[in-house]
Amino acid sequence: MSAITMRELTKVYPNGVRALDALDLEIADGEFFALLGPSGCGKTTLLRTIAGLEVASGGSVHIGERNVTNLPPGKRDVAMVFQDYALFPHMTVQENIAYPLRIKKVDRRARADKAAETADELGLSALLQRRPGQLSGGQQQRVALARAMACHPQVFLLDEPLSNLDARLRLEARTFLKRLQRELGVTTVFVTHDQAEALALADRIAVMEGGRIRQVGTPTEVFRRPANTFVAGFIGSTPMNLVDARVDGDELVVGRARLPLPEDARGQVGGGERLVYGVRPEYLDYSPTPVPGALSGQVVVVENLGSVSLVSLDVPGDDAAEAPGDAGSTGDAGTTGAGGAAGDAGGRTSVQVVVAEGGEPTPGDTGWVVPRPGRSLLYRDGDLVTVAEAASVPAPRAGAGVQG
Amino acid sequence: MRPATGASPAPDAAGLGRARATGFLVPAMVLILVFLVVPAAWTIYLGVTNYRLTGLAAANPEIVGLDNYTQALGDERFRTSLLLTLQFVLGSAVIGQAGLGFAIAFALRDRRGPLRRLVEGFVLLSWILPSSVVAFLWIALLDRDAGTLNALLGIPGMAWLLDYPMLSIIIFNTWRGTAFSMMLYAAALENVPRSHLETARLAGASTWQQLRDVVFPRIRGHVLTNLLLISLWTFNDFAPFLITAGGPEQRSEILPVYVYKVALSGGELGFGAAISFIMLLINLVIALVYLRMLGRRKEPA
Repeated sequence: MSAITMRELTKVYPNGVRALDALDLEIADGEFFALLGPSGCGKTTLLRTIAGLEVASGGSVHIGERNVTNLPPGKRDVAMVFQDYALFPHMTVQENIAYPLRIKKVDRRARADKAAETADELGLSALLQRRPGQLSGGQQQRVALARAMACHPQVFLLDEPLSNLDARLRLEARTFLKRLQRELGVTTVFVTHDQAEALALADRIAVMEGGRIRQVGTPTEVFRRPANTFVAGFIGSTPMNLVDARVDGDELVVGRARLPLPEDARGQVGGGERLVYGVRPEYLDYSPTPVPGALSGQVVVVENLGSVSLVSLDVPGDDAAEAPGDAGSTGDAGTTGAGGAAGDAGGRTSVQVVVAEGGEPTPGDTGWVVPRPGRSLLYRDGDLVTVAEAASVPAPRAGAGVQG
Repeated sequence: MRPATGASPAPDAAGLGRARATGFLVPAMVLILVFLVVPAAWTIYLGVTNYRLTGLAAANPEIVGLDNYTQALGDERFRTSLLLTLQFVLGSAVIGQAGLGFAIAFALRDRRGPLRRLVEGFVLLSWILPSSVVAFLWIALLDRDAGTLNALLGIPGMAWLLDYPMLSIIIFNTWRGTAFSMMLYAAALENVPRSHLETARLAGASTWQQLRDVVFPRIRGHVLTNLLLISLWTFNDFAPFLITAGGPEQRSEILPVYVYKVALSGGELGFGAAISFIMLLINLVIALVYLRMLGRRKEPA
């Protein structure tokens, strides 16, 4: 068994930077796990700490039953594929693939056989005698994967596996990687800053920020129910709409509209409470004619995304509300420029909606958008308001300290 | 494809034309001719005469053909001196300077801050001090009666320069020249990608295996260039004369010292010139060997 368990894992660099802050995480055996976050969030440090290339300042790492916290990288039985692939330029493809076996003193014959076999699995047979300099980016990546596979490690670690490939190749490599991981069934952890990559590849995702994990969950959980406004703003190719809202009885006042309270939040919020209402552009339906329970506003921008268009509406603010930016000071401090987070100075709010082809409005039109039932969320002080503290919300320490 | 606006029809990049370009070159060429080519040719000429500093042969040198060369090759003292020189080059340049320089550079490769600056500062200091100053410092260090080393070790009366003359000058030259190799290797090691070293570490490679499989293949060119330069410099180095003067009993008489003694102290300019020319040939061979190895690097692919 090769699950990875981290307890209170902390890494403080000599210059005082706290890259990992008492982090608890469990990665199941055979899982394809993504570490996702903006640059500087600690995801690469976490990967390197699992590999043993960084020594933890505190806490522990277990692989399977073994405590590997203080083992050197070579004794942990992990293999890593680096962003630049790190192929040795003076060795042939075969020598590169067989390198870990050579270090393990496997005899020459067995080494060559194993290299040929692994290369065959990855479609590299014709390239065995080439040197890395003569290969394309995609081929180099597969050689690096073959080298990692050749010695059958318990864990694969991939550092930004797709970022050195050009856009078209990246999609191909993504599918290839996912199939390979499924076939091998080896616990695999990869680091990425690209949320689409994480959603597409991973069985589960840990979203990180400032050395802490903000949410762990399946791609669906992370996409549909972000545990906080940071994750809400980070996940999704179009960021979630986060709009100031006020509770009024059973309803929610958003701008000038009155919307039903999201199911989750019923009984969790008090009348008059100020919260942030979140709904993804994909979960809003656009209507050119007035409909009940809708936000309305003027169409400002229409962006064509191919099969759909992203429409931005200017929604007038809540007349009863004073002091815009109330929510901005609490929940949105950590969001990465999420579209239309808090109200403008003029009391208006931008709301984005995805419109299917054929139904696009033109700028200047007035439009109505209706949230789909069960797809809207409420955030209090940046954290999701929900009935039970869901299992997907990781540690009790996750939310609070980040703004400070 | 030449731009139509160019006023000068000169085919060269600077637009000088042949005549003016030559004008710029002449002063440098004259200097090289007068101070390099002529003395070199003069040395070759002297090597086939019995020219002396004083006496009859100084006034009327005679051509003696290859006598000087046959005499040198048959001379026990010359052969000993050649052997000592090879020891000196191998010990102080290849093993000492290159080995120590690399070791320091490798040990400090990931370090920043005061420790690195301190080590680099000390190593560089020994490199920038004038030979005469350094020689004096080493004499003071190794002196039999009042030497610092004997005082430190508590063994007064130990005559380092008399008992271990070769070892003394080898260590002296290592100490003096390590800075160059260290800096060159420090720069070369910057070119070794961290991810390559880490890949080797993850495979379980020892430090030695990392050096063999990752570092040396990457910096082979730097290593050969460094060895070429320091071998030649050390081969021609005269500074040991300032410490041991070739003694005692010629036990540290490396070739430059031997030439100096024969030609200037002994006055046999013709013989000295012949040995100088042999040294030149040996240097040439060393350079060719290194350059060939350097050239082979490009061949695979």
